[in-house]
Amino acid sequence: MSVNDMSKEIQQQVKQACSSKTPLNICGGNSKRFYGRESFGEKLDVSKHQGVTNYEPTELVITARAGTPLKELEQVLATENQMLAFEPPAFANSATLGGTIACNFSGPRRAFAGAARDFVLGSSIINGKAEHLHFGGEVMKNVAGYDVSRLMCGAMGTLGVLLDVSLKVLPKPEVETTLMYEMSSENSLKKVLLLAGQSLPISATCFDDNTLRIRLSGTEAAVNSARQSLGGDTSAAGSDFWKQLKEHELDYFNTQHNLWRLSLAPNTPILNLKGKNLYEWNGAQRWLISEQDDEENIRKEVLKQGGHAVCFRQHNKHKNVFQPLETDLLEIHRQLKIAFDPDSIFNPGRMYAEF
Amino acid sequence: MSSHCDHEQRFNTSRDTLISALKPVLSVDSLLYETEDLHPYECDGMSAYRLLPMAVAIPTTVEQVQEIMRICHRLEVPVVARGAGTGLSGGALPHEQGLLLSLARFNSILDIDTENRTAAVEPGVRNLAISDAVAKHNLYYAPDPSSQIACSIGGNVAENSGGVHCLKYGLTVHNILRLKIITVEGKLITIGSNALDAPGYDLLALMTGSEGMLGVIVEVTVKLLPKPESTQVILAAFDDVVKAGTAVGNVIAAGIIPAGLEMMDSLAIKAAEDFVHAGYPLDAEAILLCELDGSHAEVAEYILQVQDILLKDGATEVRTAKDAQERLLFWKGRKAAFPAVGRISPDYYCMDGTIPRKRLPEVLQAMAKLSKEYDLRVANVFHAGDGNLHPLILYDANKPGELKRTEEFGGKILELCVAVGGTITGEHGVGMEKINQMCVQFNSQELTQFHAVKAAFDKKGLLNPGKAVPTLHRCAEFGAMHIHHGELPFPDIERF
Repeated sequence: MSVNDMSKEIQQQVKQACSSKTPLNICGGNSKRFYGRESFGEKLDVSKHQGVTNYEPTELVITARAGTPLKELEQVLATENQMLAFEPPAFANSATLGGTIACNFSGPRRAFAGAARDFVLGSSIINGKAEHLHFGGEVMKNVAGYDVSRLMCGAMGTLGVLLDVSLKVLPKPEVETTLMYEMSSENSLKKVLLLAGQSLPISATCFDDNTLRIRLSGTEAAVNSARQSLGGDTSAAGSDFWKQLKEHELDYFNTQHNLWRLSLAPNTPILNLKGKNLYEWNGAQRWLISEQDDEENIRKEVLKQGGHAVCFRQHNKHKNVFQPLETDLLEIHRQLKIAFDPDSIFNPGRMYAEF
Repeated sequence: MSSHCDHEQRFNTSRDTLISALKPVLSVDSLLYETEDLHPYECDGMSAYRLLPMAVAIPTTVEQVQEIMRICHRLEVPVVARGAGTGLSGGALPHEQGLLLSLARFNSILDIDTENRTAAVEPGVRNLAISDAVAKHNLYYAPDPSSQIACSIGGNVAENSGGVHCLKYGLTVHNILRLKIITVEGKLITIGSNALDAPGYDLLALMTGSEGMLGVIVEVTVKLLPKPESTQVILAAFDDVVKAGTAVGNVIAAGIIPAGLEMMDSLAIKAAEDFVHAGYPLDAEAILLCELDGSHAEVAEYILQVQDILLKDGATEVRTAKDAQERLLFWKGRKAAFPAVGRISPDYYCMDGTIPRKRLPEVLQAMAKLSKEYDLRVANVFHAGDGNLHPLILYDANKPGELKRTEEFGGKILELCVAVGGTITGEHGVGMEKINQMCVQFNSQELTQFHAVKAAFDKKGLLNPGKAVPTLHRCAEFGAMHIHHGELPFPDIERF
């Protein structure tokens, strides 16, 4: 792994952009360019700002520079039999830690272990005044000051440039196994919700193509006893399946049409939307491949259920990607953008057209 | 007792003006302004700081809260929200020129959704009442601050409360889904959703732990967890605190995440044992309580592994609770540690720093040195799993100057936590108590960024003014006292 502190150079480029009021397009491994709206501006390359600066396996904490490749970070953790429990998708070998956090991307384990934001303990950022600031820390419990580090998660770089991130890590489970059941989507949803109310070592669920898959993770004894009580067929290709699901490499994701991510309360009934579905996270994350361009209908249906829709992969980069915010919330977002980036230097329009 | 309140920001609305504006909105028993009626609200759990507000409002409806906020916004009157008043950092200390807004009457559980495992509750609902209400569904609410019998969920969100099960189950921020808040202008806003995430910035994280500075919480949707099939507790005694600390690291290095992992030092052990007779070994320098939960099979496996690790690391005694009754007894001593210390000293002052666990030996040594220097005893109760220290400084408020010495000693402990790479507050919040130490943890640019965040929600600075984030002016004054002859505190401690 290369170790390279580029914070001064990055800060210098932001300083120049501030004085000339030039928008910057923050870029790491360029693996998530497909995600979000089209942004404009001069490229701010963070990918060379690399390296793990602190790793304490017994404290369950790792700190790394934002440009550190996600794969390398995971390899470092694996040497100590630890992992990022939010199981982030990379979508390309070049994916970086910074991009992962900026998008708040989490994988199959999310509903059971938490999202990227749940594991962020601290961060260093450069704000829109070119100030190098540090929030949070490398300890599990820290309530000094507002939780700016978590605010950066999913902000798509619109509030600042992530320089370093400290994360809580967890031990890898001793064993994992995948159970399969052939059943309808309705019955799958019922089954996973029922199981979620019990003390079981479930770490992922997925329904696709009339098959429900349930992953068990934990000690050998715990997984064996759960497998016995749950029945079902054991999948031989279990771990490959979850990796392909996480990286969107399953056949399901091979499409020319728009891919929507619907975020809903788990027990939301099957929605009356045209397209192909794949359910994860006990029904809280539902993918929809929609042949028709019926954005309005999709957004209306999920909103009615108290959820929201993201056009995850799409072909028209100028449209709304995220669910529009209601007026009062939008105003708070605008004010926060001003608080961090008064001249609107960072990734303008990447998240919403309004800021 | 004098207050430590910042008087940098002045507010000029008179009591009469405020009261006559509020009277049409609130019934007679919902608006207090006679001095004797205000006294019960003069402090929270941090009783060393006391102030009387101009008035206390105890509304019963969200519409009333909205109207109160509109009035106070128009009149530019500060508003301090208060739940059960159990906070330990003075976060709910009233403002002398302001209104104290009590959410105590918002005490209903609005909805329990067993399928999604969530509960929507009003902010005045007590933490433990949530778990009690859902126990029949085999569910519970995980964060368990030691005040959980009394503290309310609105305050838990405002402080991002923790408890003894944080390492495995997280803090309040990890266990809530949605908030309804009233803005300083009186608007009702929903933050988060019943899904696992919401569009836009993570305002849920920003609100959690914001100490009443950004909005008034009127509804909280919490996540519920299924009760573990099995729970077991191990008690281990050590003749050396450092050995106990090493054992904690080795349990985690073995890939085990205990549900709770607590440490007590000899003074705390003696006080607790004397109080609740939990059967703690009185000759130990430190004890560890390690709780493991999960399926029967999993817990049985972990118990053997943990026992083995503790013995290898030099435990002089390892006991596993033989039944649920003994398990509760083991915990009883720990949970009663604060009042137990209260029995051996007229007063005690509870601190709340977090440190990287490996720095524990030097922090304990430095603390012992400070204890001698200030001539004040200190007992240590420690959430060892997550590095959160609760040193209890024993003092007597009736002895002239002793409280002042205690506060100074406490301040030094917090600065020590920062010096070793930790933080001044793990779970009690900054409030009024640690406002000066914020100047040690954050530089002026970082504090300015916090003020900008505050202004994004509250331009006039009316919500809980003077708390949580110090003004730069205050830090300049504190710094002048603080850095004596340009010397850094704790010169012998390695810094980051």
